This record gives sequence, C-alpha cells and structure tokens, in this order.
Amino acid sequence: MTWAVWAPLLAPLLAVPAARRLADVLAPRTAALLLAATAAMLALLSTGSLALLTAAGLLRLPVIAALGHMSAPLMRRSNPIYLPIGALAALALAVAAYAVCRAARRHRTDLLRAASTAERHGGAGDLTVLPDPGADAYALPGRPGRVVVTAGMLRKLDAREREVLLAHERAHLRGRHHLLIICADLAACLHPALSGLRAPLSFHLERWADESAAAAVGDRRLTARAVGRAALAASDAPAAQRPAAALAASAGPVPRRVAALLETAPRSRFNALRPAAAIAAVLVACVVASGVSTLEAADDLHANIELAQGAPLDHPHHHSHSFPSLPSFPE
Amino acid sequence: MTDIARRPAGELEAAVLAALWAAHTPLTPPQVQQSLGGTLARTTVATILARLYDKGTVVRSRSGRAYAYTPAVEDEAALAARRMHSELEKGDDRNGVLARFVSRLSPDDERVLRLLLAQADASRTPAATTASTRKGSPEPRRPR
Repeated sequence: MTWAVWAPLLAPLLAVPAARRLADVLAPRTAALLLAATAAMLALLSTGSLALLTAAGLLRLPVIAALGHMSAPLMRRSNPIYLPIGALAALALAVAAYAVCRAARRHRTDLLRAASTAERHGGAGDLTVLPDPGADAYALPGRPGRVVVTAGMLRKLDAREREVLLAHERAHLRGRHHLLIICADLAACLHPALSGLRAPLSFHLERWADESAAAAVGDRRLTARAVGRAALAASDAPAAQRPAAALAASAGPVPRRVAALLETAPRSRFNALRPAAAIAAVLVACVVASGVSTLEAADDLHANIELAQGAPLDHPHHHSHSFPSLPSFPE
Repeated sequence: MTDIARRPAGELEAAVLAALWAAHTPLTPPQVQQSLGGTLARTTVATILARLYDKGTVVRSRSGRAYAYTPAVEDEAALAARRMHSELEKGDDRNGVLARFVSRLSPDDERVLRLLLAQADASRTPAATTASTRKGSPEPRRPR
C-alpha cells in the first residue's frame, strides 16, 4: 500500500506533459478524445487513491476500527498509513468535492444564461442571431443545440465564410464537444495537475470543428480565411467588452488553427515523429500503473481490514504479490 | 463547392436569416438568392422567406413589385441582448463551456494572423480560386 497508493497521485505529473506532446502529433479528433480520456481516467484513479488514504488513515482511530469490528492494535501495526496523512487526504477530497460542485454549478449557470439570451431572440433553423454589433459566435449545447452568432459577426463575413462559421459550430454541437470540455474541467478540479489538459483540449476541439467545416464547405483555404477574419473582427470589438485578462503574449490558438488549415491536408504526423511512440508508451505506462496501483492499494487495504477483523489469512491472491508495497503482515 | 441545395430545411432557413442579417438593407428574394451564391432555386428562397415571415422572424416591406425582407428586432429585446451579451463577455472565455468560434487575439496573434492571411491570398493559384465569388465582401479593409 505504501507506494501503490501514491502512484496515481503522482502519475499526472508525468502523464499530462506526455499527453500534450502526443496530442500535438495526432489528428484533431483523436487528440481531443485522447486528452479527455486521459483527464477522466487519471482523475478517477487519483480520487480513488485519496479515498483509500482517507479510509486507511481513519481506520487507525480506535472508534472507527471498533465500528468495523477490527482490532485497533492489529490495524495500527499492519496499516502503514498514519492518521495525519489520512486527515490530509480527507481534506484534499473535501476540497476536490467542493471544486467539482462549484465548477458544475458554474457550467450550468453559463449554459442557462446563454440559453435564456438565445431564447429572447428570433432564430431560424438552428441559428439564433443576437442583434449585437460586436463579433462573437458560439455553439450552445442542448436538445436541440443552437448556433448563436451576433449580427456584428455575420456582417464581417461573406456568404461562404458564414457557411464555414455555421458548419464549424454545428460540428461542435454534433460532436457534443461541450461534454469533453466539462469532463476535463471536472478532472482538473479532482487533480490540479490535470488542468494542464484543458487548454490543449480546447485547441484540438476547435481544430476538429475546423476540419469538419472544411470538409463541409470543401475548401480548407476558405475555412482558414473565415477563422482568421472572424478572429480579427472579434478583436475589433469595442475595448470595453474585451476581457483584459484573456490577452496572452504567446502565440495563441487562432493563428495555429489558421496555419494548420493552410497546410495541404489534415493528417496524423504520428509516424513522422519518432519519439511519438516513446511518448505514447510513457502515457500508457502512467495510466496503467495508476490503475494497477489503485487496485493493488485497495486490495491491500482490504487485506488489512480482514486481518484486523481476525479473519483467517486465506488470501492467496494477496500472498502471491511480490511488490515491496506492503510491510503489513505481523510476524 | 458545397451543395447548399441539399441541406435540411433548418440549415437553409439559417443560411437565409444569416444573409439578411449580414446585409445592411432589406433584401428582395432575388437579392437573397444572389447573396447565397446563387445555389438555391429562387422559388426555394421565396418559400423560406415566406416561412420565416409567418414565424415572425423577419419583417417585410414593399419594394417595387416585390417584398424586401429584413430581420425582425424588437428594440427592447435588442437592449436586453446587449446586456446579456456583456454579461457573457465578463466571463473568462477560455474556461467557459461555450465553444467560441474564435478566442481573443493578443497583439502578437493579430500580427501573425494578418501575415498568414496575406500569404494565403498571395499564394492563391488561379485554379483554386473558388474565393473569387467573394466580390460582395463587406470588409473594405483588405484591398485585393
């Protein structure tokens, strides 16, 4: 239990950079799914570890041990997790639970507010137009989802560029991309290191929708121009509406999207990059190690509990382990 | 070239409404048809406009022998929209659940982007120039 229970908590530190590197050489759709799946799995496993640490720590308390009909001294001797560590783990769990609730509520508020805005306005088909002079456009998920675009944005684009815009937002809705974003957001609440997956996921979802739009209109160059001109139009919006915090100095996602569309064809560069296989191996190793470790730790804790309950030591499955993980058997 | 004529009815309505919003003046059915690239039959455009009029999405006025259509906006609703929209803007648009078409540009982004677009236009081969239909571009900033 000693190392096994910590592995899933440390794995994201290695897995997040690996997943980001790997995503950069994959096709957008694969990349987005990889990032979301990595976030979800690592978040669940690290939360499982925290739960095990909490349980193991609390079992050192005689009251808790008595509740489970366990011998407290036996439990203390066989259980390598000290009470303060358990208490810290419990605190971390509580903080994570609070963060998850807050993020979920924020998403809900955002969606409800956007939906009520869209409802006030006339639309046609799946399109709602906001009579706003600033340039903006987004996909509003729901059943059915809607494409929300401001009049300012429509006036900055020509007919074919507007088709690109609509096709792009429809790709978001059809692919239910907001679910992947929510998934990554909640994962980041459960383990802070996973927040590093959020920005690349957004980028690859935009690339995915860009490629879908390019396929729908049959013109990558046109798609690139629509994205670029829309971004310039949005930047021309009145300064008062621009969130100052969002202005970063580094090369942002839009120029990278446009550059990618101006390349000849969408393709996976996986084979072109030799280290990609190694990076993929690191990522898989992290996830598998996390999974195995969590199972291992849970198994150990279970064995400890049975031991402390005075159950016969017929746990052949457990005996067979040769991990240096468990100094848990009393002599 | 996208085959707009075979799209579902909802997407056609969306395209027509977008064209009306993009125009600064009321449009007659032939003008709408033209602004959509001429890929839709004129009767189809007229049918869609009539449907949107029935729903109250657009209003129309006499323009010679035909009707000219323009999106219906209630002033109060427009104000409310601007308010709600600004509310949305306050949020950090990198972390919201709404997938925005484009995120904000930094000054560096803007420079790189203008360069990319200029290069794309410059390297355009005559064969690939499906974009020549763009003569009605409402953006006067970029002379071609």
